[in-house]
Amino acid sequence: MSGILVIAEHRRGVLNPATLETIAAAAALKQVKPQPVAVAIIARNPDEFVGQVNAAGVDEIIKVAVPTDTFQSDVYEATVAAVVAARGPAVVLFAHTVDTWGYAAAVAVRGGFGCATDVFAVRYEGDALVATRAGYKEKLHMDLDFPGRQTVVLTLRGNVFKPIEEPGSAAVSAVDAPAVAARTAHLGYIEPDQTGDVDIAQAEYMLSVGRGVGEEDNIEQFKELADALGFTLGCSRPVADNGWLPKSRQVGQSGKTVVSCKIYVAMGISGSVQHMAGMKHVPTIIAINKDAEASIFSIARYGVVGDMFEIAKELRNHC
Amino acid sequence: MKILVPVKQVAVLDEDFELRDDGLDADPDFIDHESNEWDDYSYEAALQIMEAHGGVEVVPMTVGPEDAEESLRRCLAKGGERAIRVWDDALTGAGPATVAKLIAAVARREGADMVFAGTLSADHSYAMTGICVAAELGWPHVAVVTALEYQPGAATATVHRELEAGLVEKMTVECPAVLTIQLGINQPRYASLRGVKQAKEKPVDELSPADLGVSGEELAASASFRLRRMFKPARGQAELIEGTAAEQAARLASIIKELRGAA
Ligand SMILES: Cc1cc2nc3c(=O)[nH]c(=O)nc-3n(C[C@H](O)[C@H](O)[C@H](O)COP(=O)(O)OP(=O)(O)OC[C@H]3O[C@@H](n4cnc5c(N)ncnc54)[C@H](O)[C@@H]3O)c2cc1C
Repeated sequence: MSGILVIAEHRRGVLNPATLETIAAAAALKQVKPQPVAVAIIARNPDEFVGQVNAAGVDEIIKVAVPTDTFQSDVYEATVAAVVAARGPAVVLFAHTVDTWGYAAAVAVRGGFGCATDVFAVRYEGDALVATRAGYKEKLHMDLDFPGRQTVVLTLRGNVFKPIEEPGSAAVSAVDAPAVAARTAHLGYIEPDQTGDVDIAQAEYMLSVGRGVGEEDNIEQFKELADALGFTLGCSRPVADNGWLPKSRQVGQSGKTVVSCKIYVAMGISGSVQHMAGMKHVPTIIAINKDAEASIFSIARYGVVGDMFEIAKELRNHC
Repeated sequence: MKILVPVKQVAVLDEDFELRDDGLDADPDFIDHESNEWDDYSYEAALQIMEAHGGVEVVPMTVGPEDAEESLRRCLAKGGERAIRVWDDALTGAGPATVAKLIAAVARREGADMVFAGTLSADHSYAMTGICVAAELGWPHVAVVTALEYQPGAATATVHRELEAGLVEKMTVECPAVLTIQLGINQPRYASLRGVKQAKEKPVDELSPADLGVSGEELAASASFRLRRMFKPARGQAELIEGTAAEQAARLASIIKELRGAA
């Protein structure tokens, strides 16, 4: 087994840009250990995406035409297995997305492959592939290896590997998709609710509260503080799931990315990967958390280890 | 008709923690345990089906040491009549694929019709276990489910799958199936005092991998990775603001003012 296989991801005719990050990770491994990099496009019409994944470092683009436009785990599982059987890669890379949560591990179990998810660093130590991911709510990192595995499946965390923009000159080939009856069926998409009173994606200054806010009655004082500071109030998921603030105020993977934000104040938010997906890019992050080891401090520019209620109360004296 | 709900007792690190001497994990003195948040939602989803229809049995199970029984009692306090705990000391440190092999073996032994797992566990967040169970069983599966319509015995269930950025996909899945349940799918109930008391009397079957017909070799072979080491990550360059709350707030206010002035 040798070589790296990247599985491209797309939805509704749009390539997931994380695919280019995944290709970048493959290209980086190829630099230290020369080996072919192939990108598989599993789609009804793979030609649509060939140009977009033809990035520097890619040697082969494998088109696999399947009879579905939408993600169907049975089809994707069997198809990736067929491509692995055809090319024999040592490493199969996916973006760590909701689609791959739904099948990458199954590909590994069925193929007898090694597997690690949400990986943010990969390297070789001698011949051994070593993947790094986080545990304990990001407080510890772990190095994993895969002794005895001919093929290893890795899903890669987003916004870590810098996408390759330089175009490449890959050969284009095709592999036949196996015939599989999908046991899932797509009925439709439901668009996110846009009826919120503000669009936090437009906000330049944000103050977000997390589970540390404790209860619904406590929200009001932070709303008042945000207003007094001229900040927009946002939240982490548990606050929205509890209905304490509308879903439209939720920052993160399944909420919004605060693309315009310049200053983000996170109060009582631990800094889960899914929350950070929506705000990690903000130039100035200020974290207030009573736990000095909370992972939010790892991306913050300023930190206060303390009680969000006390700090909020004192801040009111300054606005 | 039976719904199997695998739950996990997750590890939570204390605010000050140290690593074990072998560097393979945190020192257990600094680890607390709690029930995995996602499992409150998967268990609630199963209970709601049980309550809405006759003839549905909900069985919580875990793969974990004696301490982990607590998470099963926590489930039983809300409903369900019995639970299953699988353990052998050789499973210490077992990863998600190994745990999944045992959950699948229980599903077979129990003749489960559906498996509702949590989308991920709050400690190591592999988001693998449920999907590995499905692969072991050869069942259809959907990950990150935020709505569920299921009539016991029906050939398909209709689910919402939560995608990125608030987008949701509506789909059907053939049953039996493994679903991984996401936060927010329902409002998990709290156990009543009476429920907590009653749960103490409910049976928890203890099974070993051997009881399930899974050999030590099979378990060893199922590990999808080997842990080399754990380590504290290099922290970012967050400038920590010290002092009393009043001093800290004053400093924050001036930082914000300055940055906004510059912007
Ligand atoms: C598919 C998927 C998508 C997801 N999408 C999102 C998303 O879009 N957005 C999102 O936010 N999450 C999302 N999540 C959930 C995510 O995994 C976490 O569960 C969530 O972000 C935790 O929110 P939190 O930080 O507010 O809560 P916790 O992790 O519970 O953290 C609370 C923090 O508050 C601190 N605290 C408590 N009291 C105080 C106090 N008085 N003063 C100061 N600090 C205090 C604690 O130390 C702790 O660090 C998603 C999960 C999945 C599986």
